[in-house]
Amino acid sequence: MLKTGTDRVKRGMAEMQKGGVIMDVINAEQAKIAEASGAVAVMALERVPADIRAAGGVARMADPTIVEEVLNAVSIPVMAKARIGHIVEARVLESMGVDYLDESEVLTPADEVFHLNKRDFKVPFVCGARDLGEASRRIGEGASMIRTKGEPGTGNIVEAVRHMRMIQGQIRKVSAMSEDELMTEAKNLGAPYEILLQIKKEGRLPVVNFAAGGVATPADAALMMELGADGVFVGSGIFKSENPEKFARAIVEATTHYRDYELIANLSKGLGTAMKGIEISTLLPGDRMQERGW
Amino acid sequence: MTKIGVLALQGAVREHIRALQESGAEAVSVKRIEELNDLDGLVIPGGESTAMRRLIDKYEFMEPLKKFAQEKPVFGTCAGLILMAKRIQGQESAHLELIDMTVERNAFGRQVDSFEADLEIKGVGDDVNGVFIRAPYIVEVGEEVEVLSVHNDRIVAAKQGHFLCAAFHPELTDDYRLHQFFVEMVAEKKKVIA
Repeated sequence: MLKTGTDRVKRGMAEMQKGGVIMDVINAEQAKIAEASGAVAVMALERVPADIRAAGGVARMADPTIVEEVLNAVSIPVMAKARIGHIVEARVLESMGVDYLDESEVLTPADEVFHLNKRDFKVPFVCGARDLGEASRRIGEGASMIRTKGEPGTGNIVEAVRHMRMIQGQIRKVSAMSEDELMTEAKNLGAPYEILLQIKKEGRLPVVNFAAGGVATPADAALMMELGADGVFVGSGIFKSENPEKFARAIVEATTHYRDYELIANLSKGLGTAMKGIEISTLLPGDRMQERGW
Repeated sequence: MTKIGVLALQGAVREHIRALQESGAEAVSVKRIEELNDLDGLVIPGGESTAMRRLIDKYEFMEPLKKFAQEKPVFGTCAGLILMAKRIQGQESAHLELIDMTVERNAFGRQVDSFEADLEIKGVGDDVNGVFIRAPYIVEVGEEVEVLSVHNDRIVAAKQGHFLCAAFHPELTDDYRLHQFFVEMVAEKKKVIA
């Protein structure tokens, strides 16, 4: 008996990405640079988050032409983003053979109340989270991979750090609880009880947890690994830097050897200017992408 | 006790370490060349073979790994199998070139085609759950290679001397029989070397 789309196959795909870097790309050329630099996957987009921010308006799923171009350009897995709750965008991308979908707050949500029922799909999903409750709800809906939301397109790591520390801290707290305290904690976090029970038993999320949203330098990537990330998404940080190829390679190596500080020093030499970045307090409340979804 | 390393440049390292420990071996992750020194065997895990290859080159792992493999057992799963093959379809060059076989990458299709299936594996069992994720398969093997498992007419596990490879991911299940099989291979080889 051959079974496709099982939890094990969907979560396993993310397990294979561990210790790696997933890079945002907008065309075949960038995808090839990412692959040659050692990316474990690419995220095919119409615009990187920094440009989505700059352009304003409604951000939607990428033009399928771009997704197709990237699918044909590389042999590593290709991911793509669908709007939160947009069942049809997700189905369209699934039908194109995209390897992983990101139900992403970087795009303008299509549904402010309901996220996708990701169990319905054969293609696995990654979703953003700021805390353990949010991560558990997404896993409850069938997400096979979690990432921090951070604050995309800012080149500012502070929000990703906040979210990773929050999630790791809450995992430690849940692990130390007695089982009779767990239902109350589930209520307080808004987390499905069964998922929380699993987290308590394993001492970690039942799926892979990556860092995303603001990674701009090799040191940023290494910092997120130090804080317990299983791997790193880099959005605008690579192709908005002065020398994308060098940045890409350096971020890959810093992620693998995140505790080798001499190496990271060498990697960081003469990299050129990183993306400019935005101080979070200057963002208007409506421009904070992390507030999208619940 | 036998000590087995898991190449930890990228991929599913933690799962292999747990499976090896459950199979009675000491298991460590290997990120640097010098960490190969006191090992009795090595696992090359699943992950992205192109990403691993770039890091192998960058840190000049290629020659030390080939030298290690001359004497000691190596077990590759999925991407690890690709790295061990002598020939890769559609590519001019291969990687470690340890096993006399031709492999095809992503041979079962994209992620939506990834699957689980029951496998019969020679010397291991007839009910092993094989987890195939964007998996490769073995197109053909040389005379020295023993085919251990075939799924829908495709070779998915093989052994040549002290090399073992699988197109699927035994590390993603709680069934450690294939790891036990490798740990025994390592223990036997260790006796021979001693």
